[in-house]
Amino acid sequence: MYRYDEFDHALVQDRVTQFRRQVERRMKGEISEEQFRPLRLMNGLYLQLHAYMLRVAIPYGTLDSRQMRKLAYIARRYDKGYGHFTTRQNIQYNWPKLEETPDILAELAEVEMHAIQTSGNCIRNVTSDQYAGAAKNEIEDPRIWCEIARQWSTLHPEFSFLPRKFKIAITGCENDRAAVKVHDIGMIMKRGAAGEVGFEVLVGGGLGRTPFVGKTIREFLPKEHFLSYMEAILRVYNQLGRRDNKYKARIKVTLHETGKEEFTRLVEEEWEAIKDSTLKLPKEEVDRIAAHFHPPAWKALPNDAPTCDSRAASDPEFAAWLRHNVEEHKTAGYAIVNISVKPPGEPPGDVTDVPMEAMAEMADAYSFSELRVTHVQNVTLPHVEKEQLPALFDDLAKHGLATANVGLVSDIICCPGLDYCALANARSIPVAQELTKRYTLERQQEIGDMQIKISGCINACGHHHVGNIGILGVDRKGEEHYQVQLGGSASEDASLGKIIGRGFTQDEVIEVVDKLLDTYLELREGEEAFIDTYRRVGMNPFKERVYGTA
Amino acid sequence: MTQIVIANYLGSGRVVFLAKGSGNGSVSWGELIDTAEVATDEDRATALLALAEADVAERNVVMDPYLIDVEEEGGSLRPTKYREAIRALGPTVRQDLGKQAEGAEA
Amino acid sequence: MALLERKDGAAAVIEDRFTRVDDEAALPVGPVIVSLSRFQAEREALLARDADLGVWLDSDESPSEIAGDLGKLAVVACNFPAFNDGRGFSYARLLRERHGYEGEVRAIGEVMLEQAPFMARSGFSTFELGDVSDVAEFKAVIEEVRTVYQPTGDGRETALQRRLGR
Repeated sequence: MYRYDEFDHALVQDRVTQFRRQVERRMKGEISEEQFRPLRLMNGLYLQLHAYMLRVAIPYGTLDSRQMRKLAYIARRYDKGYGHFTTRQNIQYNWPKLEETPDILAELAEVEMHAIQTSGNCIRNVTSDQYAGAAKNEIEDPRIWCEIARQWSTLHPEFSFLPRKFKIAITGCENDRAAVKVHDIGMIMKRGAAGEVGFEVLVGGGLGRTPFVGKTIREFLPKEHFLSYMEAILRVYNQLGRRDNKYKARIKVTLHETGKEEFTRLVEEEWEAIKDSTLKLPKEEVDRIAAHFHPPAWKALPNDAPTCDSRAASDPEFAAWLRHNVEEHKTAGYAIVNISVKPPGEPPGDVTDVPMEAMAEMADAYSFSELRVTHVQNVTLPHVEKEQLPALFDDLAKHGLATANVGLVSDIICCPGLDYCALANARSIPVAQELTKRYTLERQQEIGDMQIKISGCINACGHHHVGNIGILGVDRKGEEHYQVQLGGSASEDASLGKIIGRGFTQDEVIEVVDKLLDTYLELREGEEAFIDTYRRVGMNPFKERVYGTA
Repeated sequence: MTQIVIANYLGSGRVVFLAKGSGNGSVSWGELIDTAEVATDEDRATALLALAEADVAERNVVMDPYLIDVEEEGGSLRPTKYREAIRALGPTVRQDLGKQAEGAEA
Repeated sequence: MALLERKDGAAAVIEDRFTRVDDEAALPVGPVIVSLSRFQAEREALLARDADLGVWLDSDESPSEIAGDLGKLAVVACNFPAFNDGRGFSYARLLRERHGYEGEVRAIGEVMLEQAPFMARSGFSTFELGDVSDVAEFKAVIEEVRTVYQPTGDGRETALQRRLGR
């Protein structure tokens, strides 16, 4: 993975010094809260319901064991012993003190991490596929381009005061595990006519109040133009994006109001003027960064794994874990292991310091010290020898990390909701907790692939629009209420869910999910997944079951 | 009506309440809701908020003060809105954290 | 309000020799800055005056509107009606990098000290800063972060150029 050189180190250290000075100015009263707010937000520091919240970037979801240990240490030393992994491959601490945040940032800088641009109207942490570098059908490791984008976007002089926040996701293959189509810019790696590598460029995806699936504005962008094209998009957006209404300020609205054709024309025109500028990446620099992402020293192994197979044959728990949490690796004899950090009844994405350290330990023992954080709020060990899977499973089980539910109904995306968030209208975690406790593994296996996504407000941090079942918390006359949506997907077949009808109380919404699942199981044909059944039969059968036919 | 002033400490970010006895040139802040100075009419509520805002400017110890509605129940204060009740107690999903773990009662 | 200048790596508080003139007001003697609409309405007369002239662009007024006259303007001021209206950052870059403008580019309006580093990199050379008049503080803040990643018209050596050069 990428290692900072002296220039990267200097930048992050200078940024810590800068933030320390800004905090001192605030503490001394030289600047008001109004003046300080944008400064703290540009370093990921929010004020939430109970305290400050610090969001730390895990660039494109990749981290090593040393960094994971540091995250655990920060949770213990500066917070209340836990952190929350988010859908944008960040980690949030819920209880830091303002006076101590410069120290936290200094700790992070020691391990090449930061909180730069994890909030504010700027380019946020660039996200990617958690299987990058290990995925079977990957064209190239997308993290090379994520790192190039990270550097380009860091303290960008022109794009730090955009109309609104700006999120970029990049993948290296056609399978979308990074929700690329619901980002402001989505880059999907592709091959051109002559086999050369480039990107399909999507713009204007996003969730929130006005959800959109991104639109392709360029079918193929040669990769040397990666930065100039993004700069062109951002420059058009910075000038054209609405400044009068923050609910209409995202690029998705700019694209929608300008029209895709005209917007594309403006971008292409701007790009023509800058494409051969110094933004064009010299091969030397791409190679330098790519060298950091060279595959680890995989052994030449046979693909069959007798130890693993015999354990699976005799141990149904292991077999279930293997089936749900382990994915094929591009190299013979290796596997990708997803660690569910969503045991039944726990807040999705919350992890305490000891399991964090245990995962770091296991990364060292089994996965070349590498970990990934996923957009579905789990953790991945990308390079595990198949024959080591039984031993890893036992280690995970010791720490309560062997829940076999990845991709199943209890693998829920959930925002912090009104238990923590100042913007929320309703709690989301209690709904997730109830649902994760509700179904036995057998029942979950019977249901199969299922994405339930829960947000505590219209801002949609819990991605409810793209859940197969999406749940949105609202405030109805001072009561927590929940709207249910069906038919969303965040994958390569991205689609937005539709609201089923009037909302429900917290107790009712749990029963509604039961009914939706029952309806699906009755209607499905063969191995059909929930989303496919929904697409085939439409909303009505579900609606009738939930509200009655009368 | 019954109202109190809620805010956050600047340094720690913790939720605080304008404390009993605030007024006449002295302002103090308490971490538990039952220590809050209560206003039972609009004039008093406006005066308390003004006191809090003046303190923001003068001492720079707290930020974002505003009034919330509360009810008195068995000698305890309880916010009428669930959002503010969560602020006064802590996350409902982590009863071991926040003010509920430090003596505040639901 | 102090006018701070950033030039060739140095920083200074400078005297503002320009008078900013409202659209309705009579023109005083000497250098003035006028709005884009006044410039467009009175272009001939303004350019015929025997004094330096500047145009002030609001945040919804692109420098392309005055592209043809830039050679005759001593200053282009970009107004920030709110600190978070960042259109001026693009305008400054376009003035310098697209239109090759070499005169003074001034940041006016709701400009915060902490934004000055971004502004300097985008091409601004002078800053009307409400929250600072101390040159030392201004200079320190502008130079606080030593590494820059993006090539812009300010000519600062980027991390990439330093990497390739070592």
